[in-house]
Amino acid sequence: MASSNDSIKKTIIVALSLCLVCSIFVAAAAVGLKPIQNTNKDLDRKRNILSAASMLEPGKSVDEIFKSVETRIVNLQTGQFATQEELQTAGINVATFDQQAAAKDPSLSVSLKGNDPAGIKRRSNFSAVYLVKSGDNIDRIILPVHGYGLWSTMYGFMALKNDFNTVIGFGFYDQAETPGLGGEVDNPNWKALWKGKKVYDDQGEAVIQLAKGGVDSSDPKAMYKVDGLSGATLTSRGVTHLVQYWLGQEGFGPFLSQLRSEGVQ
Amino acid sequence: MSDVKKVLFGPILANNPIALQILGICSALAVTSSLSVSLVMAIALTLVTAFSSFFIAIIRSHIPNSIRIIVQMIIIASLVIVVDQVLKAFAYEISKQLSVFVGLIITNCIVMGRAEAFAMKNGPVMSFVDGIGNGLGYSAMLIIVAFFRELLGAGKLFGVEIFATVQNGGWYQPNGLMLLPPSAFFVIGLVIWALRSYKKEQVEEPEFKIAANSRSQEAL
Repeated sequence: MASSNDSIKKTIIVALSLCLVCSIFVAAAAVGLKPIQNTNKDLDRKRNILSAASMLEPGKSVDEIFKSVETRIVNLQTGQFATQEELQTAGINVATFDQQAAAKDPSLSVSLKGNDPAGIKRRSNFSAVYLVKSGDNIDRIILPVHGYGLWSTMYGFMALKNDFNTVIGFGFYDQAETPGLGGEVDNPNWKALWKGKKVYDDQGEAVIQLAKGGVDSSDPKAMYKVDGLSGATLTSRGVTHLVQYWLGQEGFGPFLSQLRSEGVQ
Repeated sequence: MSDVKKVLFGPILANNPIALQILGICSALAVTSSLSVSLVMAIALTLVTAFSSFFIAIIRSHIPNSIRIIVQMIIIASLVIVVDQVLKAFAYEISKQLSVFVGLIITNCIVMGRAEAFAMKNGPVMSFVDGIGNGLGYSAMLIIVAFFRELLGAGKLFGVEIFATVQNGGWYQPNGLMLLPPSAFFVIGLVIWALRSYKKEQVEEPEFKIAANSRSQEAL
């Protein structure tokens, strides 16, 4: 019996049929569960936007609260809200805009070779921003940010007050850093440290950063600093870089200073 | 019947995959910083071990010897992908916490070890039971380790506060080391010590004998 099993013919037949059965099995699971996974992801994204802006309320569904959030697209090159024409030329639908896909599309993104502190390789020309308004004025603004940590690209949201400088909340919704070390970027206690911190110094530079070994409260710059993650130097460095990049001149910096001086239409 | 019992419960105390065979340590270090994550990992690994042993036992007489390991890996890997997809669909939060470790079940020595040592020689039902049993042995160990790590490291069990920590105005100063992977080595070591003190037959023969005290001239 053993010898017949070991013939080349039998080996190939077993290998092929096993691969076929297994691939059908795996593909069926992946395709069949995709809709539920996407709903989860979408709900998770909305929940993270709301949680960054500290707008989650117990007893209210995420979708219900999210109705008060307005999604707008910003042209990062001009620092303005994208006009209708710009959106049409780029073929962007506000509701379905996928920034991760746009960052891979050469016609919708720029290569960052040589100047890429956040480690993201390409940056989309357009970005979604989320506005929460009271009346005609912006009450708070939520910005998507991402960048490379130790193992993974970390995707998150930063919510700012309407002075476009004070942090309301910050958190990642997608990362694969080392669980227990870099993965502690998801720790609610750590995320709470961001609240009330300032992003820009008096010169308008994005200086907010993680401080190794913790923040000394007597430090005059303590309001620009957040405790680093212990045991996760590279993840902490990645967080500093990505926040400074996205809020700096290459990211949302021009857009936010525009908002600060003009207000929003 | 007693055979089934032995195969099912043997791996928990008498033949624990982690404590006696010292297999599957990697994930036992990585995911045990909180109980809820360990529990999901334990269930996932138990299911994968059981079903992979089951399927391998079904086709065991058709597996060519030359590609035996590859065949086992394909079956294990497919099951792990399915488990990962199911977790992403129905336990999204936990799947985010487990991140890469579900995928790493593929390389967990316990799964492979049971397929090679048991499923290749026994029937599907017995192999399934053996998979469940070894999964339980792994689970028991994981839960013991996670219990101590979460309790001493964060003052919590399943995320519920047991000891009020200093940060929250209580009395307990949490031991940060317990949240880091090396602490699992200490806990596993202590458990093995306890187990071998209770079940003396698990103590291994020393590989070499330490010589009696030598005179000082010999040391020079």
